[in-house]
Amino acid sequence: MKAIGIILAGGNSSRMQELTSRRAIAAMPVAGSYRAVDFALSNMTNSHIQKVAVLTQYSSRSLHEHLNSSKWWDFGRKQGGLYLFAPTITQENAFWYRGTADAIYQNKDFLQNSHEPYVVIASGDGIYKLDYNQVINAHIDTLADITVVTTELPEGVDNSRFGTVVTDEENRIVSFEEKPLQSSNRVVSTGIYVIRRRLLLELLEKSIKDNNYDFVSGVLTRYKNQKKICAYRMEGYWSNIATVEDYFRTNMDFLNRDIRDSFFKEYPDIYSKVDDLPPAKYNPTAVVKNSLIASGTIVNGVVENSVIFKKVYIGNNVTIKNSIILNDVQIRDGAYIENCIVESRGTIPEGARRVGEGEILIVDEKVDRY
Amino acid sequence: MIKKEMIAMLLAGGQGSRLGVLTQNVAKPAVGFGGKYRIIDFPLSNCINSGVDTVGVLTQYQPLRLNTHIGIGIPWDLDRNIGGVSILPPYEKSTNAEWYTGTANAIYQNLRFMEYYNPEYVLVLGGDHIYKMDYEEMLAYHKRNNADITLATIPVPWEEASRFGVVITDDDMRITEFEEKPKNPRSNLASMGIYIFTWKVLKEALITLSEQEGCDFGKHIIPYCHNRGDRVFAYEFNGYWKDVGTLGSYWAANMELIDIVPIFDLYDEYWKIYTKSDMIRPQYIAGDAVINRAIIGEGTEVYGEVHNSVIGEGVTIEKGAVVRDSIIMKGSVIGAGTYVEKAIIAESVTVGAGCRIGVGEEKPNTWKPNIYHEGLVTVGEDSVIPDGVTIGKNTVIYGKTTAEEYPNGVLESGQSLVKAGDEE
Repeated sequence: MKAIGIILAGGNSSRMQELTSRRAIAAMPVAGSYRAVDFALSNMTNSHIQKVAVLTQYSSRSLHEHLNSSKWWDFGRKQGGLYLFAPTITQENAFWYRGTADAIYQNKDFLQNSHEPYVVIASGDGIYKLDYNQVINAHIDTLADITVVTTELPEGVDNSRFGTVVTDEENRIVSFEEKPLQSSNRVVSTGIYVIRRRLLLELLEKSIKDNNYDFVSGVLTRYKNQKKICAYRMEGYWSNIATVEDYFRTNMDFLNRDIRDSFFKEYPDIYSKVDDLPPAKYNPTAVVKNSLIASGTIVNGVVENSVIFKKVYIGNNVTIKNSIILNDVQIRDGAYIENCIVESRGTIPEGARRVGEGEILIVDEKVDRY
Repeated sequence: MIKKEMIAMLLAGGQGSRLGVLTQNVAKPAVGFGGKYRIIDFPLSNCINSGVDTVGVLTQYQPLRLNTHIGIGIPWDLDRNIGGVSILPPYEKSTNAEWYTGTANAIYQNLRFMEYYNPEYVLVLGGDHIYKMDYEEMLAYHKRNNADITLATIPVPWEEASRFGVVITDDDMRITEFEEKPKNPRSNLASMGIYIFTWKVLKEALITLSEQEGCDFGKHIIPYCHNRGDRVFAYEFNGYWKDVGTLGSYWAANMELIDIVPIFDLYDEYWKIYTKSDMIRPQYIAGDAVINRAIIGEGTEVYGEVHNSVIGEGVTIEKGAVVRDSIIMKGSVIGAGTYVEKAIIAESVTVGAGCRIGVGEEKPNTWKPNIYHEGLVTVGEDSVIPDGVTIGKNTVIYGKTTAEEYPNGVLESGQSLVKAGDEE
C-alpha cells in the first residue's frame, strides 16, 4: 500500500466530434468489450493500488453508470476502494473543475485523509498496460520529486498534440514542450505521474493560489528547475484517445495479433463491467474476416476488418467494412457500411448506405426504443 | 434480520456419471454449457430472476470447480448481507459423520441452515437441467392451492412418458397417484424434480424420516406426505426443459442453441442467464476463417473453420483446422490442419496439429457402450492429443496422451484411451 491513485476522467475534446457529445472520453468503448477507463483502473488494481479516485466532470453520466459498482475491478473493499468525485458546490467553492490541478485540489480531502506516501496520477483516456509499482520504484531509486511516464510515439502518429519531453543523461527532464508545432522529438509525456502525496498537496496549493489550474503548467513546467522531475520510459503499446482518428486507429490496432495478445493474453488481465450477454451467434449466411466480435452479437451478414462491440445485430445481406460498430446497434437487412463509426444504440435502416469518403464518417442514427 | 418468504436448496452434489469423462473431475452442475455457461447457472439465475435471494447449494462430489464458480455469488447478485448463496458440503457432527446419502437426507443434514432463515416455504431444486422458470409463479400457485407440497411437472410425449416419474391428478391438479417409469402410463405429466414445500411440512417429514436410509424426495418424502393426506399439487410448466444427463442429450441440447431461431433463447433481455466469466475480451475471427452456424464465447480466436458448433471462451482454432458439429469448451486449442467432427472436447484440452478426429466407421464403444455412443468423440478436460493422430467414433480420451499410445497413429472407433492418475 505505497500509493493511492487518481484517474483524471473529466476531459473532453472537440476533436472527438460527436463521439463525446454523449459521454466523456474515459467512457468511450474500446476494443470491443471495454471502456477507455478500464485500462487505467485495471492497471491500478493490478499494481495493488486499492484506493483510487476517479475525477469526472464532462458528460459523466455514462461513466458513472459504468463505474456504478466497483467490484469488477476488485475495488469493492471495506478499506479504500473506488471513489467517484464529480464537482460539487460547497461553502468555499462554487466552481467546476477549472483544470486538472484544480480537479485534484478540490478533492484535497481525499489526499489529506490518506496515509499512503505516494500518489499515482493517470488519465482515463490512455490505452496501455503498466505496472505502476515499477514507476514508483524508479521514482524512489532516482530520488525524484516527480516522475513523468513517457513513451516514444510510433511512426505515423502525429506528435503535435502531445507534450514532448527532453531528458538529460540521468533521465531528468530538462524541457517540456506542450503541443509543439514543429518538432522531431517523438518522446512524449503519457500524462501518468508519480509524486509524494504531501508534495502534491503543497505544489497544488501554490499553483491554485496563483490561479493556475492546470497540472502541466502549474506544477510540471513551473517547478521544472527547482524540483527534480524525472522521466520513466514505458515500453509496450500506449495510445491516447483524443481525436476521432486516434479512436479509430486504437480500435483497429486490436486487429493486430501482437497488440491483441499483449492486452488479452499476457498477464495481467484488463477488467471491465460484466454485462451478462450470451455468446456471439453466427447464422449460416455470416461471413466474418479479420474482425473482433464482442458478446451478445448476432451476425447474419458480411463483416470485414471491423470491430463489432457488444449486442450488435447484423441483418441479412449487410456488409460492414473497415468500421467500428459500437454497443447495441441494429443494422437492418441490406445495409452497406464502410469507413464508419456507428454510435451506440443506433439503428441503420434497411438498405441504407453509409460510407466515409476519405475520412471516417460518424453515424449517429437514433430511433427511440423502449 | 429480513424475513425470507422462500429460500432455495439446490442439490448439486451428484456426479452425473453418464456424462463419462466430462464429470471425471467436476460435478455435473459445473460442466460447461452453451459456449460460456455452466449447468448450475440456469437454476441459480432462475432463483435470482424469481426473487429468491437465499440459496443453499449442497455439494458433495468434486466440489472445487463449483466452489470457485459460485464464489460469494457475485455474478448472480447473490452476494448479500443477509441470505445470498451458501455452499453446504457434508460435515462432521458430534455423534456421527456421514455423506449425503440421498436427496432428502442431504436437505435433512442442513435442517439448521433452513431453521436459521425460518422461511415460509422451501424450494428444492436439482442442478442438472437447462430451463428458464419463474419459481415465484409456482409459489403463487402453491399458495393459491393452500398446498403442502407442489411439484413442478412438464407434459412429455406419451411415448416417452414411461421413462419418467409421472403424476396422476384430479381436476384441480391435486395429485392422486404417482407412477415411477410406468409401462402403460396413465398420465404424461412428468415430475421435474423441482418442489415447493411449506417449510413446516418439510421439516416434520424430514425429521420423521430421518432414519430412512438414502432418504430421497421422490421415493420417500413425497410418498410419505401424500399417504398421510397432505395437499400435494402438480404445477404444469410448459417451457423449454432439457435434461442433459447423457452425452447424447448434452450434445443435442448444445446444438439446439445454434438454430437460427433457437427454441431456448439465451438472448432474452427479461430472463438473463448469469455466469461467472473471467473472460471479457472480444473474439477474433481471422482473415481466412470460415464460420457457418455457430455460437462462440468471449476471447476465442478462430483462424480455421467452424461449422455447426458451440465454441466456448478463450478457445483457439488454428489455421486450417476444421471443426464440425462439435462442442469445444473453454480454453481448448485445436491445432493447425486438424479435422474434428461430432466431438465433445472439454476444457483446457490441447489437440495437436494435423489430427483427424471423429472419422471412420461407427462401432460401439467396447468399454462403456451405454455412455459413449451416438458416434461422439469425448475428450476429458486437460487432455492432450498429440500431432497427426486419427481418432474414430464412439471413442473417449482422457489424460495427457502421447503418440506412442496410438498404434500406427490411430485410435479405432469404439476404443478408449483413459489415463487415470496422471498428475505429475
